[in-house]
Order: sequence, then structure tokens, then C-alpha cells
Amino acid sequence: MIIADKVSKAYGETFVVDAVSITIPTKGITSIIGPNGAGKSTFLSMVSRLLGMDAGTVSVDGLDVTRTPSDALARKLSILRQDNHMSTRLTVRDLVSFGRYPYSKGRLTVEDREHIERALDYLHLHELVDRFLDELSGGQRQRAFVAMVLCQDTDYVLLDEPLNNLDMKHAMRMMKLLKGAAQDFGKTVVLVLHDINFASWYSDYIVAMREGKVIRQGPPSEIIEPAALKAIYDMDINVHEIGGHRVSLFYD
Amino acid sequence: MADLVMSVRRRFTPGLMVGILSGIALVLAVLFMTVEARGNWGFVLPFRGVKLLSLVIVAYAVALSTVLFQTITNNRILTPSIMGFDALYVLIQTTVVFSFGGLAAATVDPYLKFAVELGAMMIFSVLLFRLMFSGAQRSLHLLVLVGIVIGTLFRSTSGFMLRIIDPNEFAMIQDQMFASFNSVHSQLAFLALGIVCLVSLVAWRIGHVFDVLTLGRDNAINLGVPYKRTVMLILLLVTILVAVSTALVGPVTFFGLLVANLAYILVGTARHRYVIPAAALLAVICLVGGQMVLERVFNFNSALSIIIEFVGGLMFIVLLLKGAAR
Repeated sequence: MIIADKVSKAYGETFVVDAVSITIPTKGITSIIGPNGAGKSTFLSMVSRLLGMDAGTVSVDGLDVTRTPSDALARKLSILRQDNHMSTRLTVRDLVSFGRYPYSKGRLTVEDREHIERALDYLHLHELVDRFLDELSGGQRQRAFVAMVLCQDTDYVLLDEPLNNLDMKHAMRMMKLLKGAAQDFGKTVVLVLHDINFASWYSDYIVAMREGKVIRQGPPSEIIEPAALKAIYDMDINVHEIGGHRVSLFYD
Repeated sequence: MADLVMSVRRRFTPGLMVGILSGIALVLAVLFMTVEARGNWGFVLPFRGVKLLSLVIVAYAVALSTVLFQTITNNRILTPSIMGFDALYVLIQTTVVFSFGGLAAATVDPYLKFAVELGAMMIFSVLLFRLMFSGAQRSLHLLVLVGIVIGTLFRSTSGFMLRIIDPNEFAMIQDQMFASFNSVHSQLAFLALGIVCLVSLVAWRIGHVFDVLTLGRDNAINLGVPYKRTVMLILLLVTILVAVSTALVGPVTFFGLLVANLAYILVGTARHRYVIPAAALLAVICLVGGQMVLERVFNFNSALSIIIEFVGGLMFIVLLLKGAAR
């Protein structure tokens, strides 16, 4: 269980994340939604110890993220940010292999190689394994990075806008895959999403943020409804029920 | 050109490339020891041996420090000298001559001088690092920017002292301000060897994090690298290596850039287990080969550093134009 207690981050006078206290349920997909500048990515960065917090604590299965040794945490929780620029040339296989670093410290075992193959399989990367990352499209690169994080085989997987750069087919596949990982292997997946229909269709739990605060949280049925969405996004959104899922229409 | 590089790369695996470079370096070393060696071997071998040892140490220190520095800054056009290390070296030299006179500077115990230089440079880099992590910001680019500014301060300060100094003493400092591979300070060679071995031992033990660091800070932390501590340690290693090479031959600005980037191109992979040996071997080939050609073939004795810096500078411009700076 990820428990955030009064987590805050301020730049100057402005609180980007303002005393957020939430408990993210285990085993399932939790989506964080909200308008731009709501503090979603900042919050995720603090949960994953990439960014120090000004106040509050975060614990993952009882481990305080700021005090637990980094490599112990790396076997418990993984994080992928939005932009991953690097100065070196790597092939897809090299990158995915790095996902095993927390276990093997660079010396891959047979078991590590199995994990790598499985991750490549999951994300349909086999044709691209020997290509360099800078020769790939944005979406292909995104899939390679997600494969690395899956290869890390952690109970908690945090992804910041994983659907960025993905076309419909791959976006849908990505969500199905994450859903599968959550159901079959009991993983806890936390996503920052902008497309509320993806959030509605695939999430088990939704956290809505606005101006640094959590303003709504609950199962999709409670969040994807006109009044809540009005409070979150400040716009009128029609919600329809199709095949047991809620779909929002926000085109004017 | 690019096609040529690609086809060469396909035929030579990184391991084979390192093997070839070792072969060339070894041949050059043997030639360096033996070519035109007339007279008493008992004199020639130790004399040239110490010189060769110094060149190899400098080559290794420059290559390793540059590659590691580029790894922690995630940038392939930075070298440690951009942080003002060479400027600090010149400032120390100038200050000594300025305060104690040229005679004292020339007669002081070389070990003592080396210890002081090393100490000053390490304090400098620790201070820089403290500065970087004390505030809310944690950017390596800030560190580099501060380094550039401080470098300018050092340069101006020594420039000021040089203007009001005795002209004879100015000539003495001028001699030390530019890299020279002829007047290698050979007395220090064995001390330097010991230090470099210790540094290498530490680098070897943490070697597995180097590759992970090239993924950038966020990914490195995700994979469990204790980022702050590791970068600090590597920066200290870099500082020691720079101090060693500067004390032996003087400041070299673009040499590290040249060999590191050539190594990346030749081995075609970012993995440090290949890049570091390749860069070090290239540096040995450049220094030992270049020095030998200058001494034996052209028989003139001053210009290796100029040639290396010229080629390195060209490489720097090419890299900038190619946009590798991003």
C-alpha cells in the first residue's frame, strides 16, 4: 500500500502540491487525473523519491521512501517519467536489460534474461531489439522504456503519462497490458493520465487533483459523472454509459 | 564518412576494437623505449621508462576523468577543465611565485608542491559540490556554470598578479602555464602511479553504476543508484585524476574531449567496460606515438600539446555543429 501523508511541495510562495494525503489501494490500476498544473507529476515524483518533498511522508509497504536505501526501493517500486532524453546511444535490448540492474548489478543471470525476453514480448519489441533508441519513433521509444520498467518486476509501477506519443492501437494495448499485469500478477499500477476515457475504462480507482490538492477520489463510477468532472476540469462534460463503462464526451 | 564508420563498426566488435588498440599502444610503447637508443642501455631504459610511465599515467588519467565526468554530467562536450580546474592550477602556480618569489617556487620540494595542489583542487571540488546540493536546486548544469564563472575568476586573479610581477618571474610561470610533454615532472611519476592505481581500484568497485548513470538522473534513481553519494564520489575521483595529470604535464583542455569522443565512435557502444579502456588506449597512442614522432622524426621538441589541442579543438567544433551538445 502506498500511503502519502500531508505531502507538500512549494516553489517560492506557490504550493504545487498542497498537503496531499491519500492511500493508493494495492493490486489494480489507479489513475491520477486533473488539469495541467494540478501537481500530478510532481506528486508522482515525490512518491518515487525523484523529488524531495518539503513536508509530509510517503511510505510504500511501510518503507519510508526518503529513508529506505535506494536499491531496496528499486526492487519494490519503479517509476517512468515523461521525457527520457539521454546522451548515449543504446539499443532497445540494452535499455530493457537495465531493468534488471537492481537485481543483478550489471551481471545478467539466466533468470534476468528470461525477464528481458518476456518484457520484450509483452510490448511487441522483438523486431526492434537491435535498433538504437534514437532511430525509433516517439511511441516505439516509449514502449521500450515501459518494457524496461516492467522488466524491473516491482510490485508498484508508477508511470507518468505512459500513453504520450502512442497511437490508438498501442495506447489501448498498453492499457490492456497494464490491466493484465495488475490482474495476473497482482501489481499496483499508478498512472498519470490526461485522457479521462482511458482512465474511466481501465482504472479501478481514480484520484483527481486540482491546484495541488486532491479534490475527488473513488472508483470510476463516482468520478466520471458530470458534477465531479465539472469540479475537476471546470467544464461541462456529458457522460454516457456504454457496455457497462462510462464514456465522456467533451467536444463542443 | 558516417557510412564508413558504420561499416567499420559492424566488422569490429567493441572487444576486438579494444584488442587492436592495445596492440597498437603496446607496439608504440616498445618503439618508444628502443628506437634510436644508442649507448648504455642501463641509462636509456630507466630514463625513457620513467618518461613513458609518466605519459601513460597522464593518458590514462585524462581519459578516465573525461569519460567519467561526461557520464555524470550526461553531456559529451564537457571536460573537467571546463569546471575551472586548469585555471586553479595556474592560479596556484602564480600565487606561489607571486608570494614567495621565483627561486622559492623552483626549489620547493616537488612532493610538497604536489600535495598542496592536490589538496587545493579537492577542496575546490568539494566546495563546488556542497554548493550544488545545499540549495533546493540539484542541477549539474548549475555546477558546471558555477565552475565556468569561478574559472574566469581564477584566470583574472592570476592575470592580475602576472601584470604586477617581476618580468623574469613571469617567464618562469609562463613556462608552467602551458602543457608540456617534454619536461614531464618525472620525480612524481611513481607517486602518481600509486594514486592512479588507488583511484582505479575505487572506480572498479563502483564500475557497475557508470552505465546506469548514462540513463540520466531519474532513471538512475529508479534503478536504485544512491545518486547524490555516487556522483560525489565520482567527482572526487575525477578531481584527483585531473590533479595528477595537471601536476605531471600542465593543463590540457581538449585532449580528453578528443580521446573520449573518438572512443565512443570507435567502439560504437556506451558501455564503460569498452569505452574506458578504448579512451585510455587512444590517449596512450596519441601521447606516446605523438611524442616519439616529434622527438625522433622531426627532432623538434615543443609542439605536441599544440597539435593535440588543435585537433581536439577542431573535434569540439565538429561536435558542436553536429548538435551533440543537446
